[in-house]
Amino acid sequence: MFIKTKIHIQNVRKGFPTDKGQLEVISDLDFKVGDGEFVAIVGPSGCGKTTLMNIIAGFLAPDSGSVLVDGNPRLQPNPKGVLITQQGSVFPWLTVRQNLLFGLPDEMPDREQRALEYADLVGLKGFENNYPHELSGGMLKRCEIARALVVKPEILYMDEPFSALDALMSLRMQNELLRILQTERHTVMLITHDVEEAIHLADRVLVLSPRPTRIQASFDITLPHPRRVSSPEAQALRVAILKELGVSETL
Amino acid sequence: MKSTKNVLPSLLVLAAVVGLWWAAVVLTRSVIFPTPWQVVTGTLELARDGTLWEHIGASLMRVGAGFGIAVLFAIPLGLWMGRVRGAFVTLNPLFQILRPISPIAWIPIAILWFGVGNASPIYLIFIASVFPMIVQTTSGVHTIEKRYLRAAENFGVPRNKLFRQVVFPATLPDIIIGMRIGLGVAWLVVVAAEMIALRSGLGYMIIDSRNAGNRYDLVIAGMIIIGLIGLALDGIMRLLESMKNVRWRYVH
Repeated sequence: MFIKTKIHIQNVRKGFPTDKGQLEVISDLDFKVGDGEFVAIVGPSGCGKTTLMNIIAGFLAPDSGSVLVDGNPRLQPNPKGVLITQQGSVFPWLTVRQNLLFGLPDEMPDREQRALEYADLVGLKGFENNYPHELSGGMLKRCEIARALVVKPEILYMDEPFSALDALMSLRMQNELLRILQTERHTVMLITHDVEEAIHLADRVLVLSPRPTRIQASFDITLPHPRRVSSPEAQALRVAILKELGVSETL
Repeated sequence: MKSTKNVLPSLLVLAAVVGLWWAAVVLTRSVIFPTPWQVVTGTLELARDGTLWEHIGASLMRVGAGFGIAVLFAIPLGLWMGRVRGAFVTLNPLFQILRPISPIAWIPIAILWFGVGNASPIYLIFIASVFPMIVQTTSGVHTIEKRYLRAAENFGVPRNKLFRQVVFPATLPDIIIGMRIGLGVAWLVVVAAEMIALRSGLGYMIIDSRNAGNRYDLVIAGMIIIGLIGLALDGIMRLLESMKNVRWRYVH
Protein backbone atom coordinates (compact mmCIF):
# COMPACT_ATOMS: atom_id res chain seq x y z
CA MET A 1 0.00 0.00 0.00
CA PHE A 2 1.34 3.40 -0.95
CA ILE A 3 1.12 6.10 1.69
CA LYS A 4 1.84 9.74 1.07
CA THR A 5 4.89 11.04 2.93
CA LYS A 6 3.91 13.48 5.69
CA ILE A 7 7.23 14.21 7.32
CA HIS A 8 10.63 13.78 5.76
CA ILE A 9 13.61 14.10 8.07
CA GLN A 10 16.29 14.78 5.55
CA ASN A 11 19.97 14.25 6.42
CA VAL A 12 19.59 16.02 9.74
CA ARG A 13 22.72 16.70 11.74
CA LYS A 14 22.96 18.41 15.09
CA GLY A 15 25.75 19.01 17.56
CA PHE A 16 26.30 21.19 20.58
CA PRO A 17 29.46 23.07 21.52
CA THR A 18 30.99 21.88 24.79
CA ASP A 19 34.20 22.61 26.68
CA LYS A 20 35.83 19.70 24.92
CA GLY A 21 34.72 20.80 21.48
CA GLN A 22 31.73 19.97 19.37
CA LEU A 23 29.53 17.17 20.69
CA GLU A 24 27.88 15.40 17.82
CA VAL A 25 24.37 14.40 18.92
CA ILE A 26 22.60 13.50 15.71
CA SER A 27 24.55 12.35 12.73
CA ASP A 28 22.93 12.25 9.36
CA LEU A 29 19.48 11.03 10.24
CA ASP A 30 17.16 10.37 7.35
CA PHE A 31 13.69 8.83 7.48
CA LYS A 32 10.14 9.40 6.39
CA VAL A 33 6.83 9.25 8.20
CA GLY A 34 3.72 8.47 6.19
CA ASP A 35 0.47 10.40 6.36
CA GLY A 36 -1.57 9.01 9.24
CA GLU A 37 1.24 6.79 10.38
CA PHE A 38 2.11 6.28 14.02
CA VAL A 39 5.87 6.08 14.42
CA ALA A 40 7.51 5.40 17.76
CA ILE A 41 11.15 6.18 18.38
CA VAL A 42 13.00 4.34 21.11
CA GLY A 43 16.61 4.72 22.05
CA PRO A 44 19.03 4.63 24.96
CA SER A 45 18.84 7.61 27.29
CA GLY A 46 21.02 10.52 26.27
CA CYS A 47 20.95 9.55 22.61
CA GLY A 48 19.38 12.81 21.56
CA LYS A 49 15.72 11.77 21.29
CA THR A 50 14.43 15.01 22.71
CA THR A 51 16.82 17.05 20.57
CA LEU A 52 15.50 15.20 17.56
CA MET A 53 11.91 15.88 18.55
CA ASN A 54 12.62 19.56 19.05
CA ILE A 55 14.12 19.72 15.58
CA ILE A 56 11.21 17.90 13.99
CA ALA A 57 8.64 20.05 15.80
CA GLY A 58 10.48 23.19 14.70
CA PHE A 59 11.79 24.46 18.04
CA LEU A 60 15.42 23.86 17.15
CA ALA A 61 17.22 24.32 13.86
CA PRO A 62 19.41 21.47 12.63
CA ASP A 63 23.07 22.22 11.80
CA SER A 64 22.49 20.77 8.40
CA GLY A 65 19.71 18.94 6.63
CA SER A 66 16.06 19.83 6.88
CA VAL A 67 12.66 18.69 7.99
CA LEU A 68 10.03 18.64 5.28
CA VAL A 69 6.35 18.60 6.19
CA ASP A 70 4.12 17.94 3.19
CA GLY A 71 7.20 18.58 1.08
CA ASN A 72 7.81 22.08 2.46
CA PRO A 73 10.71 22.83 4.78
CA ARG A 74 9.57 23.42 8.34
CA LEU A 75 11.38 26.33 9.90
CA GLN A 76 9.23 27.22 12.89
CA PRO A 77 6.69 25.53 15.10
CA ASN A 78 3.08 25.98 14.04
CA PRO A 79 -0.30 24.58 15.06
CA LYS A 80 -0.24 22.06 12.23
CA GLY A 81 1.87 19.93 14.52
CA VAL A 82 1.52 20.14 18.28
CA LEU A 83 4.16 18.99 20.75
CA ILE A 84 3.20 17.21 23.95
CA THR A 85 5.98 16.64 26.46
CA GLN A 86 6.56 14.69 29.62
CA GLN A 87 6.51 17.78 31.85
CA GLY A 88 3.35 19.05 30.24
CA SER A 89 2.60 22.65 29.44
CA VAL A 90 -1.03 23.19 30.39
CA PHE A 91 -1.12 26.80 31.57
CA PRO A 92 -1.71 26.70 35.33
CA TRP A 93 -3.19 30.20 35.38
CA LEU A 94 -6.00 29.31 32.97
CA THR A 95 -8.95 27.03 33.58
CA VAL A 96 -9.38 23.85 31.55
CA ARG A 97 -11.81 25.66 29.28
CA GLN A 98 -9.50 28.65 28.81
CA ASN A 99 -6.62 26.30 28.05
CA LEU A 100 -8.64 24.58 25.35
CA LEU A 101 -9.66 27.93 23.89
CA PHE A 102 -6.09 29.16 23.85
CA GLY A 103 -5.10 27.81 20.45
CA LEU A 104 -8.39 28.77 18.77
CA PRO A 105 -8.54 32.20 17.12
CA ASP A 106 -10.75 34.68 18.97
CA GLU A 107 -12.84 35.32 15.90
CA MET A 108 -13.73 31.65 15.38
CA PRO A 109 -17.52 31.49 15.79
CA ASP A 110 -17.90 28.02 17.33
CA ARG A 111 -14.78 28.03 19.50
CA GLU A 112 -16.62 27.67 22.81
CA GLN A 113 -18.62 24.81 21.41
CA ARG A 114 -15.49 23.11 20.14
CA ALA A 115 -13.64 23.48 23.44
CA LEU A 116 -16.51 21.83 25.29
CA GLU A 117 -16.66 19.06 22.72
CA TYR A 118 -12.98 18.22 23.19
CA ALA A 119 -13.17 18.46 26.96
CA ASP A 120 -15.90 15.86 26.67
CA LEU A 121 -13.86 13.74 24.26
CA VAL A 122 -11.05 13.31 26.77
CA GLY A 123 -13.42 12.82 29.71
CA LEU A 124 -13.07 16.22 31.33
CA LYS A 125 -16.73 17.08 31.16
CA GLY A 126 -17.69 18.87 34.36
CA PHE A 127 -14.12 20.06 34.97
CA GLU A 128 -14.10 22.85 32.36
CA ASN A 129 -13.92 25.58 34.97
CA ASN A 130 -11.33 23.92 37.17
CA TYR A 131 -7.76 25.11 37.36
CA PRO A 132 -4.99 22.64 36.52
CA HIS A 133 -3.76 22.43 40.10
CA GLU A 134 -7.16 21.07 41.02
CA LEU A 135 -6.75 18.14 38.61
CA SER A 136 -4.93 14.82 38.97
CA GLY A 137 -1.89 13.98 36.85
CA GLY A 138 -3.93 11.89 34.45
CA MET A 139 -6.58 14.59 34.02
CA LEU A 140 -3.87 17.15 33.37
CA LYS A 141 -2.52 14.96 30.58
CA ARG A 142 -6.02 14.63 29.12
CA CYS A 143 -6.32 18.39 29.20
CA GLU A 144 -3.04 18.76 27.34
CA ILE A 145 -4.10 16.23 24.71
CA ALA A 146 -7.45 17.97 24.30
CA ARG A 147 -5.76 21.35 23.95
CA ALA A 148 -3.60 19.89 21.19
CA LEU A 149 -6.45 18.15 19.39
CA VAL A 150 -8.90 21.02 19.52
CA VAL A 151 -6.86 23.00 16.98
CA LYS A 152 -7.19 19.99 14.65
CA PRO A 153 -3.48 19.48 14.06
CA GLU A 154 -2.31 17.14 11.36
CA ILE A 155 0.60 15.88 13.44
CA LEU A 156 1.05 15.09 17.11
CA TYR A 157 4.59 15.13 18.43
CA MET A 158 4.74 13.27 21.70
CA ASP A 159 7.91 13.30 23.76
CA GLU A 160 7.57 10.76 26.58
CA PRO A 161 4.02 11.98 27.10
CA PHE A 162 2.99 9.48 29.73
CA SER A 163 6.30 8.88 31.51
CA ALA A 164 5.44 11.04 34.49
CA LEU A 165 2.28 9.00 35.17
CA ASP A 166 2.13 5.80 37.17
CA ALA A 167 2.09 2.54 35.22
CA LEU A 168 -1.66 2.03 35.45
CA MET A 169 -2.51 5.58 34.42
CA SER A 170 0.03 5.41 31.62
CA LEU A 171 -1.70 2.32 30.23
CA ARG A 172 -5.11 3.95 30.52
CA MET A 173 -3.87 7.01 28.68
CA GLN A 174 -2.44 4.82 25.94
CA ASN A 175 -5.82 3.19 25.43
CA GLU A 176 -7.45 6.59 25.52
CA LEU A 177 -5.09 7.86 22.85
CA LEU A 178 -5.84 4.88 20.62
CA ARG A 179 -9.55 5.45 21.06
CA ILE A 180 -9.20 9.09 20.05
CA LEU A 181 -6.97 8.25 17.10
CA GLN A 182 -9.69 5.96 15.79
CA THR A 183 -12.09 8.86 15.50
CA GLU A 184 -9.53 11.39 14.27
CA ARG A 185 -6.65 10.12 12.24
CA HIS A 186 -3.47 12.04 12.96
CA THR A 187 0.11 11.44 12.04
CA VAL A 188 1.87 10.72 15.31
CA MET A 189 5.52 10.70 16.29
CA LEU A 190 6.09 9.28 19.73
CA ILE A 191 9.35 9.27 21.60
CA THR A 192 9.48 6.81 24.43
CA HIS A 193 11.83 4.69 26.47
CA ASP A 194 9.00 2.26 27.14
CA VAL A 195 9.25 -0.51 24.54
CA GLU A 196 5.87 -1.96 25.47
CA GLU A 197 4.23 1.41 24.99
CA ALA A 198 5.80 1.63 21.54
CA ILE A 199 4.55 -1.84 20.59
CA HIS A 200 1.13 -1.12 22.01
CA LEU A 201 0.63 2.05 20.01
CA ALA A 202 2.81 2.32 16.94
CA ASP A 203 2.67 1.17 13.33
CA ARG A 204 6.44 1.29 13.17
CA VAL A 205 9.18 1.42 15.79
CA LEU A 206 12.52 3.01 15.04
CA VAL A 207 15.43 2.13 17.31
CA LEU A 208 18.07 4.82 17.64
CA SER A 209 21.71 4.10 18.37
CA PRO A 210 23.74 5.78 21.12
CA ARG A 211 25.24 9.19 20.36
CA PRO A 212 25.90 10.36 17.68
CA THR A 213 22.55 8.91 16.93
CA ARG A 214 21.36 7.24 13.77
CA ILE A 215 18.66 4.70 13.00
CA GLN A 216 19.85 1.32 14.08
CA ALA A 217 16.79 -0.76 13.34
CA SER A 218 13.20 -0.44 12.20
CA PHE A 219 10.29 -2.73 13.10
CA ASP A 220 6.93 -2.72 11.38
CA ILE A 221 4.15 -3.66 13.74
CA THR A 222 1.23 -5.15 11.90
CA LEU A 223 -0.66 -6.62 14.86
CA PRO A 224 -4.30 -5.56 14.78
CA HIS A 225 -5.73 -3.29 17.48
CA PRO A 226 -6.62 -3.76 20.28
CA ARG A 227 -3.21 -5.25 20.92
CA ARG A 228 -2.25 -7.40 23.81
CA VAL A 229 1.31 -6.73 24.82
CA SER A 230 1.40 -10.14 26.47
CA SER A 231 0.68 -11.97 23.20
CA PRO A 232 3.56 -14.11 21.87
CA GLU A 233 4.02 -11.95 18.76
CA ALA A 234 4.25 -8.76 20.80
CA GLN A 235 6.64 -10.40 23.21
CA ALA A 236 8.85 -11.56 20.35
CA LEU A 237 8.97 -7.99 19.06
CA ARG A 238 9.76 -6.73 22.51
CA VAL A 239 12.70 -9.10 22.88
CA ALA A 240 13.97 -8.15 19.43
CA ILE A 241 13.73 -4.40 20.14
CA LEU A 242 15.35 -4.75 23.55
CA LYS A 243 18.13 -6.74 21.95
CA GLU A 244 18.77 -3.83 19.61
CA LEU A 245 18.96 -1.59 22.65
CA GLY A 246 21.59 -3.87 24.14
CA VAL A 247 19.34 -5.43 26.77
CA SER A 248 19.20 -9.18 26.59
CA GLU A 249 16.31 -10.65 28.46
CA THR A 250 16.68 -13.80 30.47
CA LEU A 251 13.36 -15.05 31.69
CA MET B 1 -11.35 26.35 66.36
CA LYS B 2 -8.06 25.93 64.59
CA SER B 3 -7.66 29.64 64.00
CA THR B 4 -8.18 30.51 67.67
CA LYS B 5 -5.48 27.98 68.46
CA ASN B 6 -3.11 29.74 66.07
CA VAL B 7 -3.96 33.22 67.30
CA LEU B 8 -3.79 32.41 70.99
CA PRO B 9 0.03 32.30 71.44
CA SER B 10 0.54 35.61 69.68
CA LEU B 11 -2.20 37.24 71.76
CA LEU B 12 -0.47 35.95 74.87
CA VAL B 13 2.82 37.50 73.74
CA LEU B 14 1.07 40.81 73.07
CA ALA B 15 -0.54 40.73 76.51
CA ALA B 16 2.83 39.97 78.09
CA VAL B 17 4.47 42.92 76.30
CA VAL B 18 1.71 45.27 77.45
CA GLY B 19 1.97 43.87 80.97
CA LEU B 20 5.75 44.36 81.11
CA TRP B 21 5.40 47.86 79.74
CA TRP B 22 2.82 48.72 82.36
CA ALA B 23 4.86 47.23 85.17
CA ALA B 24 8.00 49.04 84.02
CA VAL B 25 6.26 52.42 83.95
CA VAL B 26 4.71 51.90 87.38
CA LEU B 27 7.90 50.55 88.99
CA THR B 28 10.15 53.31 87.65
CA ARG B 29 7.56 55.97 88.53
CA SER B 30 8.17 57.60 85.18
CA VAL B 31 6.36 60.90 84.80
CA ILE B 32 6.93 61.19 81.07
CA PHE B 33 6.54 57.65 79.72
CA PRO B 34 2.84 56.75 79.57
CA THR B 35 1.14 53.59 80.74
CA PRO B 36 -0.87 51.58 78.21
CA TRP B 37 -4.05 52.98 79.69
CA GLN B 38 -2.90 56.55 79.15
CA VAL B 39 -2.22 55.67 75.54
CA VAL B 40 -5.74 54.33 75.19
CA THR B 41 -7.35 57.41 76.71
CA GLY B 42 -5.13 59.70 74.63
CA THR B 43 -6.16 57.86 71.47
CA LEU B 44 -9.85 58.10 72.39
CA GLU B 45 -9.45 61.81 72.97
CA LEU B 46 -7.96 62.29 69.49
CA ALA B 47 -10.59 60.05 67.95
CA ARG B 48 -13.36 62.03 69.56
CA ASP B 49 -12.20 65.44 68.36
CA GLY B 50 -11.61 64.02 64.87
CA THR B 51 -7.92 64.88 64.43
CA LEU B 52 -6.94 61.20 64.51
CA TRP B 53 -9.06 60.45 61.46
CA GLU B 54 -7.68 63.45 59.64
CA HIS B 55 -4.12 62.29 60.23
CA ILE B 56 -4.90 58.73 59.19
CA GLY B 57 -6.75 59.97 56.12
CA ALA B 58 -3.87 62.26 55.11
CA SER B 59 -1.30 59.49 55.43
CA LEU B 60 -3.42 56.98 53.55
CA MET B 61 -4.13 59.48 50.79
CA ARG B 62 -0.41 60.12 50.27
CA VAL B 63 0.40 56.43 50.25
CA GLY B 64 -2.48 55.77 47.88
CA ALA B 65 -1.31 58.43 45.45
CA GLY B 66 2.43 57.64 45.54
CA PHE B 67 1.94 53.89 45.49
CA GLY B 68 -0.74 54.09 42.81
CA ILE B 69 1.49 56.09 40.48
CA ALA B 70 4.34 53.68 41.19
CA VAL B 71 2.16 50.68 40.26
CA LEU B 72 1.08 52.31 37.00
CA PHE B 73 4.70 53.04 36.19
CA ALA B 74 6.46 49.91 37.46
CA ILE B 75 4.27 47.14 36.07
CA PRO B 76 4.35 48.13 32.38
CA LEU B 77 8.03 49.02 32.66
CA GLY B 78 8.86 45.76 34.45
CA LEU B 79 6.98 43.71 31.87
CA TRP B 80 8.71 45.54 29.04
CA MET B 81 12.14 45.05 30.61
CA GLY B 82 11.34 41.39 31.16
CA ARG B 83 10.39 40.81 27.53
CA VAL B 84 12.81 43.07 25.69
CA ARG B 85 16.41 42.23 26.35
CA GLY B 86 17.70 45.60 25.12
CA ALA B 87 15.46 47.45 27.57
CA PHE B 88 16.68 45.27 30.42
CA VAL B 89 20.36 45.69 29.60
CA THR B 90 19.96 49.44 29.24
CA LEU B 91 17.81 50.26 32.25
CA ASN B 92 18.63 47.62 34.84
CA PRO B 93 22.02 49.08 35.89
CA LEU B 94 20.41 52.47 36.52
CA PHE B 95 17.69 50.95 38.68
CA GLN B 96 20.18 48.81 40.55
CA ILE B 97 22.07 51.98 41.50
CA LEU B 98 18.94 53.94 42.47
CA ARG B 99 17.33 51.09 44.38
CA PRO B 100 19.64 50.93 47.43
CA ILE B 101 19.40 54.68 48.06
CA SER B 102 17.16 55.10 51.09
CA PRO B 103 14.09 57.18 50.32
CA ILE B 104 14.98 59.27 53.36
CA ALA B 105 18.08 60.46 51.51
CA TRP B 106 15.76 61.89 48.85
CA ILE B 107 13.97 64.16 51.33
CA PRO B 108 16.11 67.29 50.72
CA ILE B 109 15.76 66.92 46.98
CA ALA B 110 12.05 66.26 47.27
CA ILE B 111 11.63 69.48 49.24
CA LEU B 112 13.76 71.35 46.72
CA TRP B 113 11.71 70.11 43.80
CA PHE B 114 8.23 69.84 45.25
CA GLY B 115 8.22 72.11 48.27
CA VAL B 116 6.62 71.16 51.55
CA GLY B 117 3.14 70.26 50.29
CA ASN B 118 1.68 66.89 49.47
CA ALA B 119 3.79 66.42 46.38
CA SER B 120 6.99 65.77 48.34
CA PRO B 121 5.84 62.76 50.35
CA ILE B 122 3.99 61.41 47.31
CA TYR B 123 7.20 61.63 45.34
CA LEU B 124 9.15 59.94 48.15
CA ILE B 125 6.62 57.13 48.32
CA PHE B 126 6.80 56.73 44.57
CA ILE B 127 10.61 56.50 44.70
CA ALA B 128 10.48 54.02 47.56
CA SER B 129 7.95 51.64 46.10
CA VAL B 130 8.67 51.79 42.37
CA PHE B 131 12.01 49.94 42.32
CA PRO B 132 11.04 46.80 44.20
CA MET B 133 8.01 46.49 41.92
CA ILE B 134 10.04 46.96 38.73
CA VAL B 135 12.63 44.43 39.84
CA GLN B 136 10.08 41.86 40.95
CA THR B 137 7.99 42.19 37.79
CA THR B 138 11.03 41.88 35.54
CA SER B 139 12.30 38.83 37.35
CA GLY B 140 8.80 37.38 37.17
CA VAL B 141 8.88 37.62 33.39
CA HIS B 142 12.38 36.17 33.28
CA THR B 143 11.38 33.14 35.30
CA ILE B 144 8.39 32.11 33.18
CA GLU B 145 9.06 28.48 32.45
CA LYS B 146 10.20 27.87 28.92
CA ARG B 147 7.73 25.05 28.37
CA TYR B 148 4.84 27.52 28.60
CA LEU B 149 6.39 29.97 26.17
CA ARG B 150 7.06 27.08 23.81
CA ALA B 151 3.49 25.87 24.01
CA ALA B 152 2.32 29.39 23.20
CA GLU B 153 4.75 29.53 20.30
CA ASN B 154 3.47 26.18 19.09
CA PHE B 155 -0.10 27.46 18.83
CA GLY B 156 1.09 30.50 16.93
CA VAL B 157 -1.10 32.98 18.77
CA PRO B 158 -0.89 36.73 18.06
CA ARG B 159 1.34 38.85 20.25
CA ASN B 160 -1.38 40.55 22.23
CA LYS B 161 -2.93 37.19 23.08
CA LEU B 162 0.46 35.83 24.10
CA PHE B 163 0.74 38.80 26.40
CA ARG B 164 -2.77 38.66 27.83
CA GLN B 165 -2.96 34.93 28.34
CA VAL B 166 0.62 33.88 29.00
CA VAL B 167 3.14 36.58 29.91
CA PHE B 168 0.93 38.71 32.14
CA PRO B 169 -0.87 35.95 34.06
CA ALA B 170 2.38 34.01 34.46
CA THR B 171 3.99 37.10 35.98
CA LEU B 172 1.00 38.12 38.09
CA PRO B 173 2.10 36.29 41.26
CA ASP B 174 5.43 38.12 41.12
CA ILE B 175 3.68 41.41 40.46
CA ILE B 176 1.62 40.85 43.59
CA ILE B 177 4.74 40.06 45.61
CA GLY B 178 6.29 43.27 44.29
CA MET B 179 3.18 45.20 45.24
CA ARG B 180 3.27 43.79 48.76
CA ILE B 181 6.88 44.85 49.17
CA GLY B 182 6.18 48.22 47.53
CA LEU B 183 3.22 49.03 49.73
CA GLY B 184 5.20 47.99 52.81
CA VAL B 185 8.00 50.43 52.05
CA ALA B 186 5.51 53.10 51.03
CA TRP B 187 3.94 52.96 54.45
CA LEU B 188 7.36 53.07 56.12
CA VAL B 189 8.30 56.12 54.12
CA VAL B 190 5.14 58.18 54.51
CA VAL B 191 5.66 58.46 58.24
CA ALA B 192 9.27 59.53 57.84
CA ALA B 193 8.34 62.08 55.19
CA GLU B 194 5.55 63.56 57.27
CA MET B 195 7.83 64.00 60.24
CA ILE B 196 9.83 66.52 58.31
CA ALA B 197 7.73 68.73 56.19
CA LEU B 198 4.03 68.55 56.81
CA ARG B 199 1.21 69.66 59.03
CA SER B 200 -0.88 66.52 58.79
CA GLY B 201 -0.51 62.77 58.76
CA LEU B 202 0.50 60.20 61.36
CA GLY B 203 4.18 61.12 61.11
CA TYR B 204 3.35 64.74 61.78
CA MET B 205 1.09 63.71 64.64
CA ILE B 206 3.97 61.89 66.34
CA ILE B 207 6.46 64.73 66.03
CA ASP B 208 3.86 67.34 66.92
CA SER B 209 2.77 65.45 70.03
CA ARG B 210 6.32 65.41 71.31
CA ASN B 211 7.00 69.04 70.47
CA ALA B 212 3.72 70.27 71.87
CA GLY B 213 4.17 69.37 75.50
CA ASN B 214 5.78 65.93 75.53
CA ARG B 215 2.55 64.05 74.87
CA TYR B 216 4.26 60.67 74.73
CA ASP B 217 0.93 58.92 75.09
CA LEU B 218 0.05 60.26 71.63
CA VAL B 219 3.50 59.42 70.26
CA ILE B 220 2.98 55.79 71.19
CA ALA B 221 -0.63 55.88 70.05
CA GLY B 222 0.62 57.06 66.65
CA MET B 223 3.18 54.28 66.50
CA ILE B 224 0.65 51.60 67.34
CA ILE B 225 -1.84 52.93 64.80
CA ILE B 226 0.88 52.93 62.14
CA GLY B 227 1.63 49.31 62.98
CA LEU B 228 -2.01 48.28 62.84
CA ILE B 229 -2.68 50.04 59.54
CA GLY B 230 0.50 48.50 58.07
CA LEU B 231 -0.80 45.09 59.11
CA ALA B 232 -4.16 45.81 57.50
CA LEU B 233 -2.55 47.00 54.25
CA ASP B 234 -0.48 43.84 54.06
CA GLY B 235 -3.61 41.83 54.74
CA ILE B 236 -5.31 43.45 51.75
CA MET B 237 -2.32 42.60 49.55
CA ARG B 238 -2.45 39.04 50.78
CA LEU B 239 -6.06 38.81 49.70
CA LEU B 240 -4.76 39.31 46.17
CA GLU B 241 -2.65 36.20 46.60
CA SER B 242 -5.75 34.14 47.14
CA MET B 243 -7.25 35.06 43.75
CA LYS B 244 -7.98 31.89 41.83
CA ASN B 245 -5.75 32.62 38.86
CA VAL B 246 -2.64 33.08 40.99
CA ARG B 247 -3.24 30.21 43.40
CA TRP B 248 -1.16 27.88 41.24
CA ARG B 249 2.02 29.54 42.45
CA TYR B 250 1.29 28.80 46.07
CA VAL B 251 -0.04 25.25 45.92
CA HIS B 252 2.44 22.37 45.84
